[in-house]
Amino acid sequence: MKIAIASGKGGTGKTMIATSLAASLAPNYKVHLVDCDVEAPNTHLFLKPEVFLSSSAVVNIPQIDPDICNLCGVCVEVCQFHALAMIAEQILVFSQLCHGCGGCTLACPMKAISEFPQEVGKLNQGKAEACIKNDFGVMTISEAMPTPIIYQLKALESEPSDVTLLDAPPGASCAVVATIYDVDYVLLVTESTPFGLHDLEKALGIVSKTGSPAGIIINRDGIGDGQVEAYLAQTPYPILMKIPYHVKIAEGLGSGKLLVDIFPSLRVDFLNLFKQISEAIPTCKGEPC
Amino acid sequence: MLNQTKPLRQLVILSGKGGTGKTSVAAGLMHLSALSTNPGVFADADVDAANLALVTEAVPLETHAYWGSQSAEINTKLCDRCDLCFQICRFNAIHKPENLQQNYNVIDLLCEGCAACAYMCPQSAIDMSKQQDGEWFHSRTPYGHLFHAELFPGAENTGKLVTTVKQFAKLFAEDHNLGLMIIDGPPGIGCPVISASGGADLALLVAEPGVSGLHDLERIIQTLDHFNVPRVVCINKADIYPTGTADIAELTESLGLATVGMIPYDPSISESIIHGQPITKFCPQSPSALAIKDIWSKLEGILFTQDSK
Repeated sequence: MKIAIASGKGGTGKTMIATSLAASLAPNYKVHLVDCDVEAPNTHLFLKPEVFLSSSAVVNIPQIDPDICNLCGVCVEVCQFHALAMIAEQILVFSQLCHGCGGCTLACPMKAISEFPQEVGKLNQGKAEACIKNDFGVMTISEAMPTPIIYQLKALESEPSDVTLLDAPPGASCAVVATIYDVDYVLLVTESTPFGLHDLEKALGIVSKTGSPAGIIINRDGIGDGQVEAYLAQTPYPILMKIPYHVKIAEGLGSGKLLVDIFPSLRVDFLNLFKQISEAIPTCKGEPC
Repeated sequence: MLNQTKPLRQLVILSGKGGTGKTSVAAGLMHLSALSTNPGVFADADVDAANLALVTEAVPLETHAYWGSQSAEINTKLCDRCDLCFQICRFNAIHKPENLQQNYNVIDLLCEGCAACAYMCPQSAIDMSKQQDGEWFHSRTPYGHLFHAELFPGAENTGKLVTTVKQFAKLFAEDHNLGLMIIDGPPGIGCPVISASGGADLALLVAEPGVSGLHDLERIIQTLDHFNVPRVVCINKADIYPTGTADIAELTESLGLATVGMIPYDPSISESIIHGQPITKFCPQSPSALAIKDIWSKLEGILFTQDSK
């Protein structure tokens, strides 16, 4: 079963939840945690995996054979991303604009275009304590598009796991869609402030399109107002867990500790959380599937 | 008249990691700039989680549709089920029917808008249709005019929407002879961050102590390095994890970056968000407001002293 951890607003505690849920489940299940926040990945800072394989995330960039190209300009016309331009009787490729769709390659009447893989990030596969498989993508500095990295990270061949957790990037744009579109459940972490509420609504906007069940965790409970709860009461999305604000948590996370190592009794709460999630996934009947 | 135009200074607020306090700092700086001799125009470049309007008493004056991307559409009357679109789509956005009663269709959320299927379809059964990806707004606040946007959930082209918001803010600044534009940036280091930083004279990085904050601060610094944007750092929640604060100070020192302020953890920031006001206005004597005032005076010095050239 696949569970995504998302939020809308940044810094609400996605990584804290993802890593502690992984650690709580690890004694009983084979857990695979995939860090899809490839712009600012953090799960590995807490799980400290030993990386056994690092490969390239790539976008296939066109290259044009000038001996075959007759400068017909079809490729320039086909490219919707303005990654190709004809300048001074030459086709130029602006690789950072290229989405790697392959449209130009297919459309070229002269078959003058081939593609070569250009690295846009790294796909790291690691093993952490308690046999947690921890994979994390790292987007190359100055690259613009996280989505190809997220798709390739999710598609990595891996030994089968009982539970796959996906730590999503913040926001509510295409990178979040790439992370959550095919999961069985979306766990949303928010805080009870107008910012948390506004961005939670955006994230739920994606969830309503993908149609997966979802539930909410309120972090730093006690700060803020009751608006998030009032809003959620009007929706089908349950509040599954509340984590109070505590300076010990802020300190502990700062030093790279897991929430369940700061407050070990929370392991029980995370197992209970997992039970609620399993019960909400129609095909699971309360067990990993 | 032209020679009287003030040069526009652009300050972008970034962080790498989300939730470090960019918007609270931005709102405070908006308020303080309005009280100073350097009033400005403001842009919220975090278009998929836009919050600056929520704490600046923004009153929308104009709303505009934002048409950013396009999506493929299959005309089922023309489709002869040749399956070519399914085979060439690299984004898994073509839904292949399981039986003859169902049709091929496009999964909008996954469609990248590349039009490869539309160009290649032998039946010309696929059209591209423009998608409205969101809205952008011009609002009035007590601190100046704010340009902001709401990307529709799951939409693409955040970078283009950021550029749109900034362009209109810039035009407004030129029309009203304002010398400052403050841009509240998005988290991360990707396309909307690059768009938010384009043309910036200075980036203020809001760092947060801790392993995550430090890691992501390094990534945003490297990104700005690549795009040649000068930057300074302030540390938010600086007192919650002193070791982490020392780590950030060590990093910035080793890179020769100036630290322009330390903001202590301050529950009145949450209060100010609930009241929808900048912290510097809501509770001007709070420890965080005092720290932001100090940051503003340093930023003014950096942004406006070398103006005379």
